[in-house]
Amino acid sequence: MTRKRRRLMFVSLGLLMLAGATALALTAFKDNLVFFYSPTDLLAKPQPPGHAFRLGGLVEQGSVAKDADGLTIRFRITDKKNELLVVYRGVLPDLFREGQGVVVEGSLAPDGSFAASSVLAKHDEKYMPPEVAAALKKNGEWRPASSAATTP
Amino acid sequence: MIVEFGHFALVLALVVAFVQAVVPLWGAQQNDARLMGLARPAAMAQLLCILIAFGALMQAYIVSDFSVAAVARNSNSLQPLIYRMAGLWGNHEGSLLLWVAILAIYGAAVAAFGDNLPPRLQARVLAVQATIALGFLAFMLFTSNPFARLDPAPADGAELNPILQDPGLAFHPPTLYLGYVGLSMAFSFAVAALLEGRVDAAWARWVRPWTLAAWTCLTFGIGAGSWWAYHTLGWGGWWFWDPVENASFMPWLTATALLHSAIVVEKRDALKGWTILLAILAFALSLIGTFLVRSGVITSVHAFASDPTRGVFILALLIFYIGGALVLFAWRAPALKPGGLFAPVSREGALLINNLLLVSAAATVFLGTLYPLFLDVAGGGSVSVGGPYYNATFLPIVLPLIALAAIGPFLSWKRADLPGVLARLKLALAAAILASILGWWLNRGGPLLALLGAALAGWLFVAAASEFAGRARLFTAGALGRLRRLPRAAYGMTFAHAGLAIAILGMTGSSAWKQEDIRVLRPGESATIAGYSYRLDSVGPVEGPNYHATRAQFTFIRDGEAIAVLTPEKRFYPVAATTTTQAAIHVSRLADLYAVIGEPDGKGGWTVRVYHEPLVPLIWGGILLMAAGGVVSLSDRRYRVGAPLRARGAEAVLR
Repeated sequence: MTRKRRRLMFVSLGLLMLAGATALALTAFKDNLVFFYSPTDLLAKPQPPGHAFRLGGLVEQGSVAKDADGLTIRFRITDKKNELLVVYRGVLPDLFREGQGVVVEGSLAPDGSFAASSVLAKHDEKYMPPEVAAALKKNGEWRPASSAATTP
Repeated sequence: MIVEFGHFALVLALVVAFVQAVVPLWGAQQNDARLMGLARPAAMAQLLCILIAFGALMQAYIVSDFSVAAVARNSNSLQPLIYRMAGLWGNHEGSLLLWVAILAIYGAAVAAFGDNLPPRLQARVLAVQATIALGFLAFMLFTSNPFARLDPAPADGAELNPILQDPGLAFHPPTLYLGYVGLSMAFSFAVAALLEGRVDAAWARWVRPWTLAAWTCLTFGIGAGSWWAYHTLGWGGWWFWDPVENASFMPWLTATALLHSAIVVEKRDALKGWTILLAILAFALSLIGTFLVRSGVITSVHAFASDPTRGVFILALLIFYIGGALVLFAWRAPALKPGGLFAPVSREGALLINNLLLVSAAATVFLGTLYPLFLDVAGGGSVSVGGPYYNATFLPIVLPLIALAAIGPFLSWKRADLPGVLARLKLALAAAILASILGWWLNRGGPLLALLGAALAGWLFVAAASEFAGRARLFTAGALGRLRRLPRAAYGMTFAHAGLAIAILGMTGSSAWKQEDIRVLRPGESATIAGYSYRLDSVGPVEGPNYHATRAQFTFIRDGEAIAVLTPEKRFYPVAATTTTQAAIHVSRLADLYAVIGEPDGKGGWTVRVYHEPLVPLIWGGILLMAAGGVVSLSDRRYRVGAPLRARGAEAVLR
C-alpha cells in the first residue's frame, strides 16, 4: 500500500470514529436531555406523566410539610404566578429553605403532582439558580436586590 | 505596603512576559544568539516577580488584611490558618494568580533544566510560554486584580465559602492546576516545533516528560477532587458529570492520548502532525476548562466569577491562543517531514486506535458539556445533560478502549502477530470470566454492565501483570537482575494500566452494588444495611473554630461485634450563614460505610442517611497507582537531565 493510501485509511478510520461518537451523542441527546420548566411554562407545554424534566422556582412560604414517616416531604414550587405541589422522599440539601430558589428533577405523577427524584440546591443564600432567576424575570417577579446580589 | 509591592511585582511580571514573548522569538527568527539568550533570564525573572506577588498576597491572607478586596470577600479572621492560606486560591482572583505562578514555574523549569535543548527551540518554547503568561497576567490586572484595595476596610471578612473549608482545598486546586497548566508545556513545544518546521524523535523525548508530569498531576488532582466531593457533598457519589468536573476530565483524556502518541513519535518517527495537533488540543481543552469555570457561564460551586466582562476577555484569549495555534498548524504542518509507515496490527497501530478512542470519548464529553450552553444561547430553552447521556455515549467508547489497553502492550512494533498475542492473553481471559462470575455470585446477580466492568477490570489487570512478568521473564533464573535492568518506563506503564483496572473495579462496584438506607432514627434505635446493623448512639452540639455543628454518633455492628464508630456532622457557619455536611466514612471489607446526619423531625428523631459502598477504596487506590506509574515513568533515565546530552556526545564521537 502506498503512503498516501495508508494515510487516507487512517484518516477515514478517525473520521468514522468521530462520526460514530457524534451519532451516539445525538441519539443520546434525544432521550436524555432534561428540560427546565417553571410552573407557568408547564401550562403552556404540558408534560406527560413519567417524562423527566426539571422544575424550578421558589419554595412557597409555609408550604413545606413532612408526612408521618418523617421522610416524605411535600412543598409547593411557585413562580409567583402559578404553583405546583412537589413530593420528595429523602434528605433535603443543606441549602433548602422556604422562600428560596430551588430546582427539582423528576416527573409528573398521575395525580398531577411532581414526583421529585432529586432536589438541587447548589447555591448559597445570596444566590439564585440562573434558570429560576430567568423564569421569575419573565413573570415580572424579579427583585434583584433580594435575590441575586453577590457578595458586597 | 507589602500588598503594593506585590501588585508592583505583578505589573513587572507583565512587562517581563512581554519582553520574553517578543525578543527571543525575534532572535530565533534572525538566528541571533544574544536575543535568544534573553529568554532564560527573563523566565527566571518572571518566576521571581510572580512568586513575590504570590507571597505578598499570601501574607495579606495570613494576617487577615481586609483592606484587600479579595481577602475581605473570601476570608475571615476566625478561619483556621490553613483555610486562610488555602483561601488564597479558593476564589477567582487568587486562583488566577496560582494559575500564573504555576505557568511561571514550568517556564523557569525549562530555563533551568533545558541545557540539552537546542537554543533556538528553547527560545521559542519560552517565548510561547510568555505569550500565554502575558494574556493571563493582563486578564488578571485588568479585570480581576487580586491586590485591589477596599476603602474603608471592613472590620472583618465575609468568610471563605464554607463548602470549600476542607483539607481538600489545600491540595486539590494546586495539583489540578499543575496538571492543567503543565499541558501548556506540550502546547509551547508544539508551537515551537511548528515554527521550527521540524519534529523528530528528540523533540518527542523532550516533550514527553513534561506531558507525563502534567498528566500525573492532573490524574492526582482529579482524583483528589473526586475524593473531596465524595466526602463533603454527602450524597455518597464520587463523580457527577458536573461541567466543572468535565472541564478537568477532557484535558485528562487528551493528555492521555498525547502521552501515548508521543511514544510513537519517539520510537517510530510517525504520527508527528497528529501529536502536534493533540498537544494543541490538550491545552485548548485546559483553556476551555478555565473558561468554563472562571467565566461563570456554567454555574456550580466552582464558578466564583459571574462578571460578563471577564467572560468576554477569557473568550478572546481562548480564540487568540487556540485559533492562532490551529492556524499555525494548518499553515506549517504540511511542511513536516512525513513519518514512517506502519501496519494496522502493530504497537503503533494499537496506539493510534487508543488515540482515536480517547479523542472520541473526549468529544462526547465536550458535546455533553457544551450543548446546554449552545442551546441556551440559541434560545432553545434551558436543558441539562446528566449521567444517562454519558452512560449512553462515553461508556460504549471507553469499554472497548479498556479491552484494547490489555492487548496493546503485547503487540510488537512494526508488525505484530495477533494470534500469538491472543494466545498469551489466555490467563487474562480466564481472569475476566472469573471476575464476572465472582461479581455475580457475591451480589446474587447484578446489572450486566457491572459484570462487564468486573470482567474488564480482571482482564486488564491480569494482562498488565502477565505482560510485565513476560517482559522480565519473572519465573526463570536471573529474574531479579532483569527486574533491576528493566526501564522505569516499563514499570510505569504496568502501574498505570493496573491502576486503571483497579479503579474500574472500584467504579463498577460502587455504581452497581451501592446500598442506601434513609430513615428517621431516635437516639438508641438501630437499623440494618448490607449485613451490618447500625445504631444511632447520640446526637449533640459541637463547637468548631468558626462554626456550630451537630454531631451524631453511630455504632456499626457486624455479627454482634462493634466494628466502627462514625461521627458525621452538620455544620453551620454563622458568618456565611451556610450549612455544610460532613460525612463519616469507615472502610470495612473493601467497602465504605458512609453515614450522614440530616434534620431533626421535631419529635426526637433524626433523619439519617447511610450508604454501603462496595469497592470505593479501590477507586482512590487505583488512581494513586496510576499517578505513581506516572512518577516512576518520569524517573526513567531517558528523561533525566543530561541523558539526551550524553547521547548526543556519543553521536559526535561516532561522527
